[in-house]
Amino acid sequence: MPSDSEVPIEHEHDVVVARQKGRQLAAALGFSTTDQTLLATAISELARNIIRYAGHGRVQLRCLETSGRRGVLIVASDEGPGIPNLDLAMRDGYSTGNSLGVGLPGARRLVDEFEITSTPGVGTTVTLRKWLP
Amino acid sequence: MAVPILKQGNTLIASIQAALSDRDLLDLKDQLGERIGQVRAREVIIDLTALDVLDSFATRTIRGIAYTAKLRGAETVVVGIQPEVAFAMVQLGLSLDGIATALDLEEGLAYLRARGGNRAIRL
Repeated sequence: MPSDSEVPIEHEHDVVVARQKGRQLAAALGFSTTDQTLLATAISELARNIIRYAGHGRVQLRCLETSGRRGVLIVASDEGPGIPNLDLAMRDGYSTGNSLGVGLPGARRLVDEFEITSTPGVGTTVTLRKWLP
Repeated sequence: MAVPILKQGNTLIASIQAALSDRDLLDLKDQLGERIGQVRAREVIIDLTALDVLDSFATRTIRGIAYTAKLRGAETVVVGIQPEVAFAMVQLGLSLDGIATALDLEEGLAYLRARGGNRAIRL
């Protein structure tokens, strides 16, 4: 199994590093090029949200293996201002940051499982899982 | 990493060579904006063949480049979006509405040639 890793997200370039690591991990696990791209794109959205809204944070990348299923686990977390209204933030086209508002709802569509927890003043954690078909 | 911008006749060709940070994309936007005026470009081709991810920020920036170029009298054709990148964009809900796209550089140039012909006839 490829090793787990963590990418600190502090500068814009770290967004590129995080998505490239995600792609490498997915490739090492045998994901198709399309699935690698979907995962890398989801990571890109989450890492950018960290820079834009929290300033800094991290993306952790891990391999998953449960009852014969393999996949990747991505955890993007920060100690930023948090999201006051998660329902609104998960809605397509909603943005407080002058963006397209597709980041969170879009990232959810690119993976198999998506969880988000956010506490105003404490931070935000987004967890993604994508399984090998 | 700076994106090289080539000039061929009235056409500027920006060929993205590697993964770009947000800053690189914004630099490209500024550079193209300047070059269009400098060389009086009528056409811009943005070649994304080497790009492995086109997320919401990149899409929005490329859209901005194309709309800005249009306001300055140049038409943009986006070429070389890879099939899996296109698929991810659709899943994300991203589009390049109103912007010409072509399979690759060759098709993009052919499109502009055909369009240039039409423009001459209209004039």
